[in-house]
Amino acid sequence: MDIALVSRDGKKITEPGGQDSPLAIRGLTVSYGEKPAVFSVDMTVEAGKMTAIIGPNGAGKSTLLKAALGVVPAVSGRVQVFGKPIARQRGRIAYVPQRASVDWDFPTRVIDVVLMGLYREVGLLGRLRGRHVKQAEACLDRVGMKDFAHRQIGQLSGGQQQRVFLARALAQGADLYVLDEPFAGVDAATEKAIIDVLKALRAEGKTVVVVHHDLATVAGYFDNVFLINTRKVAEGTVAEAFTADTLHDAYGGRLATAQIAQVAG
Amino acid sequence: MLAQALLLQLGYNATLVTIGAALLGAAAGITGTFLFLRKRALVADAVSHATLPGVAMAFLIMVALGGEGRSLIGLLLGSAVSAMVGLWCMNALTRHTRLAEDAAIGAVLSVFFGFGVVLMTVIQSLGVGRQAGLEGFLLGSTAGMLFADAVTIALGGLAVLAVIAVMRRPMLLVSFDPEYAAAQGVNVPRVDMAMMALVMAVTVVGLKIVGLILIVALLIIPAVTARFWSERAGQVVILSGAFGGVAAYLGAAVSATAPNLPTGPIIVLFSAALFLLSLLLAPGRGVLAAILRHRRFQARVHMRQGLLALAQGQEIFEPLTRRLLRRAGLMRADGVATDDGRAQAAKALRDEARWAMLRRDQAQEAASAQYDGLRGIETVLTADQIAALDARIGAPKEAI
Repeated sequence: MDIALVSRDGKKITEPGGQDSPLAIRGLTVSYGEKPAVFSVDMTVEAGKMTAIIGPNGAGKSTLLKAALGVVPAVSGRVQVFGKPIARQRGRIAYVPQRASVDWDFPTRVIDVVLMGLYREVGLLGRLRGRHVKQAEACLDRVGMKDFAHRQIGQLSGGQQQRVFLARALAQGADLYVLDEPFAGVDAATEKAIIDVLKALRAEGKTVVVVHHDLATVAGYFDNVFLINTRKVAEGTVAEAFTADTLHDAYGGRLATAQIAQVAG
Repeated sequence: MLAQALLLQLGYNATLVTIGAALLGAAAGITGTFLFLRKRALVADAVSHATLPGVAMAFLIMVALGGEGRSLIGLLLGSAVSAMVGLWCMNALTRHTRLAEDAAIGAVLSVFFGFGVVLMTVIQSLGVGRQAGLEGFLLGSTAGMLFADAVTIALGGLAVLAVIAVMRRPMLLVSFDPEYAAAQGVNVPRVDMAMMALVMAVTVVGLKIVGLILIVALLIIPAVTARFWSERAGQVVILSGAFGGVAAYLGAAVSATAPNLPTGPIIVLFSAALFLLSLLLAPGRGVLAAILRHRRFQARVHMRQGLLALAQGQEIFEPLTRRLLRRAGLMRADGVATDDGRAQAAKALRDEARWAMLRRDQAQEAASAQYDGLRGIETVLTADQIAALDARIGAPKEAI
């Protein structure tokens, strides 16, 4: 059986329109030490939709995506991006890491961070030209940070830093956007700015995958959900997969029944 | 004599050494910046100490083969091999055991250096003709440097700079945000390895001039010095190269003025002098600038507190507050507010109420975020917005 074409639940990875899934993960296992953080997970991201990856703390949400993108090594599993091995599709993926993963005292300005999104396009020896800077400024404008272009990144608030990371991803002009907890610890204005940009990306036909922790906003923000607790718990549209049953399976006793009833309506 | 040295008038050999040192200093400063930004500065120390057994063994092998054992290229090759072995040990220790990198650095550094010292002692006791030159690798010795040696050093430095020109973007990306770099398809371990190879190259090339004990200073001090002056990585890299080059040039020139002055330590002292000056005087990150900023901030706090106390008719005891208010003409010597003082005090109190109202308003989050208890509200709101706020607070009790 060709596992690249049919997943375990029989759902076809190849979309009806012939377009391959932006991100198809098969049998992915990741382990820190000898305790698997993610165990044999299959995931098929639907093109042109916004998908939330949800699960309790330590469930492997971030790890799943990091391993899929090759940021951390996987023990086993395979990943295809738009139907091809990821190595040949790097230019089509934009990754927004967690804010805490970098040193914000690094000597760099906001605009320099966004220009990093253009490094692939510019190449090793190419010069960053005026049009690249304009492009980066346009991306900053989209996240409402244009006025901060020449600030040192350490002077920004947490939410502003997150928006700069998103601007860097936008600069790549990718087709698949993968964000790790973009709403963690940010102010309401930032949350709105980010979700507006993500929805605009979806309207352009891009695919967005977000590690998300706030169950209350899932239904308002996302089309699809992927529930994980080391193993895959549920996958599908919000209506199908974000139910009291699946939440109970994913979170166990960590969510009170009343809370589940509230968010899963 | 000193002026002659600085102007390269002290003869052929001194000129050679000075120019070679400046090139090495620049290459080391630039390479070291990436290491510093990647927060792996101490790895350089382990690498440099790991060169010693290689130098000694290369000497022994060359003597055994019938040479006199002083060929610089031979000795440098030996040092490169043992530095590589040291680096490999360090990587293996951190990857396959639970040792953190700092512990691995300590282990490798001391073991390799100890082994090297033992080998050096063996060489001494062998009494092989010209071994005296080997001690120069510890602290640097430029006496008797040949033209070919200088060319070796210069070419090595240029090769390092060429590799950096190609690798600068991946190295910066990996230093700032390794996860993003990996997701972009940058091979992070390989970039790290390239960075280490550059450090090794600088170390090996610099052995003759500064010696293995002090080469880490050439890599790191210029980088931290440059960091004081710029908030942009590209500028930090270039400044670091300039600081490194200048310190090495001055150090080498000065050490050429007297017969027994060691080159390496004097270069390090010049480098440290540049560092101290930057630490004190740099705008923004320097110590003096920080003190001034703190003073200004303190004055603003006292001023604000003083005004609020005046507005509420409280007596002010804090001497600094009294001094500031009096100097601004807001308070008389007997502690009574002047007309101007009363007006500003009322305004301060009014602003407090406005801020409180503003911060209750969810929609005004961006403006509220600017609240620090010190600034006037007109710095974040327009006159119209302030009027709207006032309307919600109610009529002012006093005219503003």
